[in-house]
Amino acid sequence: MRRHLLSVSILLALALAGCPRETRSFHAPASESARPETVRQVSLQPGAALPKQAASGPYEGNAWAISQGERLYEQYNCVGCHFHGGGGIGPPLMDEQWIYGGSGQNIHDTIVQGRPNGMPSYGGHIPDGQVWMITAYVRTLSGQVPKPERPTRNDELFPHPSEQAMPRKTPKPAQADHPG
Amino acid sequence: MNAGMNAGMNGIHWIGRHSALHAHGIEAARIGHLWWLMFWVCSTVFVLVMAATGFAITRRPDSTGLPGPVAPRSRLWMTRVVAGAVGLTIVTLFVLLFASVATGRAVASLGAPSAVVIKVTGHQWWWEVEYQDPQPSHIVRTANEIHIPAGRPVLIRLASNDVIHSFWVPSLHGKRDLIPGHDSQLWIEADRPGTYRGFCAEFCGHQHAHMGLLIIADRPDRYAAWYAAQLQTPPPPASPLEQRGRQVVEAAPCALCHTIGGTTASGSLGPDLTHLASRRTLAAATLPNTAANLGAWIVDPQAAKPGNQMPANSLAPGDLQAVVAYLESLR
Repeated sequence: MRRHLLSVSILLALALAGCPRETRSFHAPASESARPETVRQVSLQPGAALPKQAASGPYEGNAWAISQGERLYEQYNCVGCHFHGGGGIGPPLMDEQWIYGGSGQNIHDTIVQGRPNGMPSYGGHIPDGQVWMITAYVRTLSGQVPKPERPTRNDELFPHPSEQAMPRKTPKPAQADHPG
Repeated sequence: MNAGMNAGMNGIHWIGRHSALHAHGIEAARIGHLWWLMFWVCSTVFVLVMAATGFAITRRPDSTGLPGPVAPRSRLWMTRVVAGAVGLTIVTLFVLLFASVATGRAVASLGAPSAVVIKVTGHQWWWEVEYQDPQPSHIVRTANEIHIPAGRPVLIRLASNDVIHSFWVPSLHGKRDLIPGHDSQLWIEADRPGTYRGFCAEFCGHQHAHMGLLIIADRPDRYAAWYAAQLQTPPPPASPLEQRGRQVVEAAPCALCHTIGGTTASGSLGPDLTHLASRRTLAAATLPNTAANLGAWIVDPQAAKPGNQMPANSLAPGDLQAVVAYLESLR
């Protein structure tokens, strides 16, 4: 009995040692400026459609980077138009509608390039690493990021559940049938 | 670059006096007196206790190897000694309590109506400094460096923007916590001109150890001259290089977080840079304020202070030189 207990404890300790600790990369990732895939704004392609890649950006899966994104979302005044995801002056970010695509790469490009009717172009004004952090945070608002990485608690006085408790939405193809 | 930075960082820890036992202000002196009182009382108690223990250990046992029976006369004597020691302990504790309360009351306020009022806000990981004045055009904003007139009481209002910090300038006063949503205050007075180093004394995150500040006490006339200079808008760029630097600062990410008076840069997330070149240090008393450190800091702030909120900036080499030249002109 005692031997079993000992071996189980040792096994558990070994298993614990296998848990990865999340690393905070304070230096912006090297790949951030390299575009991982072509962003398609229409689904029409010559020949057979190429398989979609999940271009979620370098920070999904990193809770610290997502919380930095949350801070920057406030500080760079995304809240001014999109509020805390519910939208107002700008479109909501917590639903399944994505006018310009809901993948990480799409959201990144929307921030960098700007969009007609009010979305300013932040390229060159916000460093690219921070744009990717904001992108990762924006995707938590509709539950696109794995639950353990999402903020567990709201920083604002707003009656929606924390990002971690937000239900996962399945992005719909938007009116122009963007592949996302 | 890194080696140079490290050398600079090693050197800078010796800017400014910082010892609670070398008081340069009336309040630090009171705290110092209390410290010495406690030191001598506790040392005396320690010596007496050790002497009594030594006496008990070396008391000669009787032939059986056990402490012998105590004679009635000795018993009376021992009772008196123990009672006396208990009484002395109580009196000593009350003396220390009284001294602490008296010191605490004395340092709580200097209560001067004509004090300089400075609002200090803690950020991760730097200090925002705002000299308050009823007239908005007389408000001075700076960071990580507080100039005060020597010999005049200064009221420091403390606030925090994110987590709990603690403001501690050992040569001038004790610690006071900065708690988000709960403003506190602290009176300081430096009795002679000098540079005093301050610290964040409450663990506040990754770069807590690099959250320093300088308090520079000047003669009143020099302080007035400094204040007048800080109220001025910095002169327009003198050379084409500085002109280019200003354009880059206004258009590049800098302007989203920093303010420079007289320009369109009006961000409020990072330190005010209006008179950056007049300050002695960069990055909250982490690096000496030199052109080389400034350039290295702009390109890769994460090398000197990993985890701080300033992102790396990839500027073209010519632009970096221009930005450094422009920022160095902001006296």
